[in-house]
Amino acid sequence: MVSLRELTREELILPGNASCAGCTTNLSIKLALKALGQKTIFVVPACCTSVLQGVFPLNSLNIPVLNISFASAAAAASGVVAGLRVQGIDDVTVVGWAGDGGTVDIGIQALSGAAERGTDFIYVCYDNEAYGNTGMQRSGSTPMGAWTTTTPKGKTEQKKDMPLIMAAHKIPYIATLSPSYPTDFIEKFQKAKGIKGTKYLHILIPCPPGWRTDPAVSIELGRLAVQTGAWTLFEIERGTLSISAPSRPFLDKANRKPVQAYLEKQGRFRHLTQQETSQIQTRIDETSEHYSKVNQTRLCP
Amino acid sequence: MTLTIVDSGSHVAGLAAQAARAEVVAAYPITPQTAIVELIAELVSSGKMRSEYICVESEHSAMAASVGASACGARTFTATSSHGLAYMHEMLHWASGARLPIVMAVVNRTIGPPWNILPDLSDSISQRDTGWLQFYCASHQEILDTIIQAYKICESSKVLLPAMVCFEGFILSHTSMPFTIPDQEKLDSFLPRFKPGWKLDVDNPMAHGTLSSSDYFMELRYLIQEAMDNARELIPAVDKEYAETFKLPYHGGLLEETFCDNAEILVISMGTIGSEARVAIEKLRNKGYRAGSVRIRSFRPFPIEEIKKVCERADAIAVIDRAISFGMEGQLSTEIQRALYDVKDRPLVLNFIAGIGGRDVTAKDIEEMATHTAKCARDGKIDQKLTWHGLRT
Repeated sequence: MVSLRELTREELILPGNASCAGCTTNLSIKLALKALGQKTIFVVPACCTSVLQGVFPLNSLNIPVLNISFASAAAAASGVVAGLRVQGIDDVTVVGWAGDGGTVDIGIQALSGAAERGTDFIYVCYDNEAYGNTGMQRSGSTPMGAWTTTTPKGKTEQKKDMPLIMAAHKIPYIATLSPSYPTDFIEKFQKAKGIKGTKYLHILIPCPPGWRTDPAVSIELGRLAVQTGAWTLFEIERGTLSISAPSRPFLDKANRKPVQAYLEKQGRFRHLTQQETSQIQTRIDETSEHYSKVNQTRLCP
Repeated sequence: MTLTIVDSGSHVAGLAAQAARAEVVAAYPITPQTAIVELIAELVSSGKMRSEYICVESEHSAMAASVGASACGARTFTATSSHGLAYMHEMLHWASGARLPIVMAVVNRTIGPPWNILPDLSDSISQRDTGWLQFYCASHQEILDTIIQAYKICESSKVLLPAMVCFEGFILSHTSMPFTIPDQEKLDSFLPRFKPGWKLDVDNPMAHGTLSSSDYFMELRYLIQEAMDNARELIPAVDKEYAETFKLPYHGGLLEETFCDNAEILVISMGTIGSEARVAIEKLRNKGYRAGSVRIRSFRPFPIEEIKKVCERADAIAVIDRAISFGMEGQLSTEIQRALYDVKDRPLVLNFIAGIGGRDVTAKDIEEMATHTAKCARDGKIDQKLTWHGLRT
């Protein structure tokens, strides 16, 4: 198991950048780059990271970054992978680093294509569950019930299950992550770096301005998401699902906190009725039960 | 070894990418471009072309992947047509804004609906303002030479812009003609490896395309205009150098002139209408008309001064457009008139829309347009500014 004390002290993302107070994307980049090291190229479509990098001539990332159009992270990354390979460069990790809109909505075609081609890269979806840069509009990754500026009464549809969509692509490694669990987070990035082919990492990103939360509780919210089962940490390695250590205790309903504990801290769920909250609870219970059943089994033939 | 072979226009484009030693090709199939990507796939899989070939899932991704590869410093090639080019539109801006010298073959095909796979230039001309150089070819040899020359021009530190090498689908893509591929060793010294001034490099990390404010953005756009001006000077120079180095015909640089010296009537066109026009002009000369033909090779950058020079002694000009800007006229016609605005005693300009959606434009058609233009010159006035030639009524 990785020890935070043994991690490099080198920072590849500098403080004082343009991210919001309590932003867990910023923290995720910091942790990811500690795991991946300096020989990493980021390909970033339109998302919060296009802003928090800094406005030219300021730049907070000390790795090469290719900024690219909204739909194109995975496709442009495919080009970078090919461009490096044709020049004999084989020690660089290429990372597509995209938000949920750039992944589950506008970027899904390019991602699906890159995964089907077995492109040797890590694709990261950092998911704050809405279009944050543009002021919190609904995305395909917004959870049921959540307020956004385009779902003023709460979203009536379910969150798209992107990790399982990626599992259907039969790529070698998929994982869900939370920066509230940094050792699990870093281990997953390190593991992804060591595997050839397409790796898909999906991070839940508490977002103070979008979720209408106190910037001081972002880490706590990430933990509550796991402790309530609203977000389950797992890996799918060569098709086999295994629930990660931080989430394992919470597969058991007896250990799971009621989802109310997670929802009540967020302004985006303030409007929920008791009935709606219990519907969300029921869905979480069903999902956790399902994960218990499929844990350590092959999801796809 | 110099090689003269007979093959299709599509294969010429693929062979040109091979001869230029394109290192990454990202492409998506579309009629009538398909034979280009099929040939490249064949060349790469048989080891005859040492490239990474990415079979992307759309044209938008084809150009995104091309941007990624070119940003790494790899020489990058792609090809498309019609709806595929339209689908790329956003990424075309990205490639030029990022100053990446990607070269793309555009096999011209009209845009639906209704569905139609036949040629006109509406696909590429509607991408006129994307910051790409645009060349239009009239022969197989010219396709080959222009693709190779385009890399030399675009990779120059004075230019650093992408280029489309356009040629009409079926008329050129699916017909066979003889052409000569220069000796590879000589080609390699004419077109050495691409060495960009900056690239995605972990030893020299930079943010590419980072958010910028109005403090810098306008200057960055100005630099693209300046690069286009530089390209305008480089295009004839590279065409000449190429012709001399490989003992191949000079294509005329920015534009090809035929019998223009003492011409009273000029026909101006692009692509294969330009080669058909040469035939028409010879016939007209035999009938006593002092007629000439100008075929625009470089639509972007546009040869403003060259057009002024060749047109200022003419009495009347027939501009033939194989495309139209609805609500205005043919785009080439507008450009020509802009170039002539500053000319004293400027000639009359008539605009003919022809060959839309693949309709044939024969030498006879061009003769008709030119003789009508000659009549207007004699009368000293234009009866009809814009004519859809051969329109069924």
